[in-house]
Amino acid sequence: MLHIINKSPFEKNSLMSCFACAKEGSAILLIEDGVYGVIANSSIAADIKAAMAKNSIYALSADVNARGIADKVMDGITLIDYNGFVDLTCDHEKLQSWL
Amino acid sequence: MKFTIQVSEGPYTHQASDTAYQFTKAALEKGHEIFRVFFYHDGVNNATRLTTPPQDDRNVIKRWSELAAKYNLDMVVCVAAAQRRGIADADESRRNGKDADNLAPGFRISGLGQLIEGAIQSDRLVVFGD
Repeated sequence: MLHIINKSPFEKNSLMSCFACAKEGSAILLIEDGVYGVIANSSIAADIKAAMAKNSIYALSADVNARGIADKVMDGITLIDYNGFVDLTCDHEKLQSWL
Repeated sequence: MKFTIQVSEGPYTHQASDTAYQFTKAALEKGHEIFRVFFYHDGVNNATRLTTPPQDDRNVIKRWSELAAKYNLDMVVCVAAAQRRGIADADESRRNGKDADNLAPGFRISGLGQLIEGAIQSDRLVVFGD
């Protein structure tokens, strides 16, 4: 399953709710303001690190770059472009957008 | 792979319409099929041809219309959401006794069943919204 998060974790709790629900092996993709979750050493960085143990975490590079945080991305997060986004939706049979 | 795309947010609001467009374009360029793009809730505001953004800004509506023309996309606007928000084609306008219509090229107005059919007929339903 692919979870898609488009809200900043510093504004809404959708990412934390997703972490609580996501099964081991599911992928989590951060897009739009959701990419603020990639910032290393943030107040939620430990939660992200913990989630990485059971879920692969991706972020949309265009949205990371648009927000000027490309040099702050924590280790372990995979940056992808729109083609990679399409590929991720093909690789996972079920998609959940946390709107 | 066959996709249906749902857009539930208007243009120039946050980013959902832009992301949906970029995703749809990337999928088409990779050779995937877009069975339908369904505009729901505030997403119906992506279908008004009266939008006039500044010349140096992207034209979200025109961009969808051009993509639809290039790839022969089926872009469906939810009728109930459209009526609430003043989005109408000539038939809808006449039926509701209005003096104008504003549906942009490439869009058509239909019902929620079109979203369900899209979800059934496609391999993936990708939802963009706020």
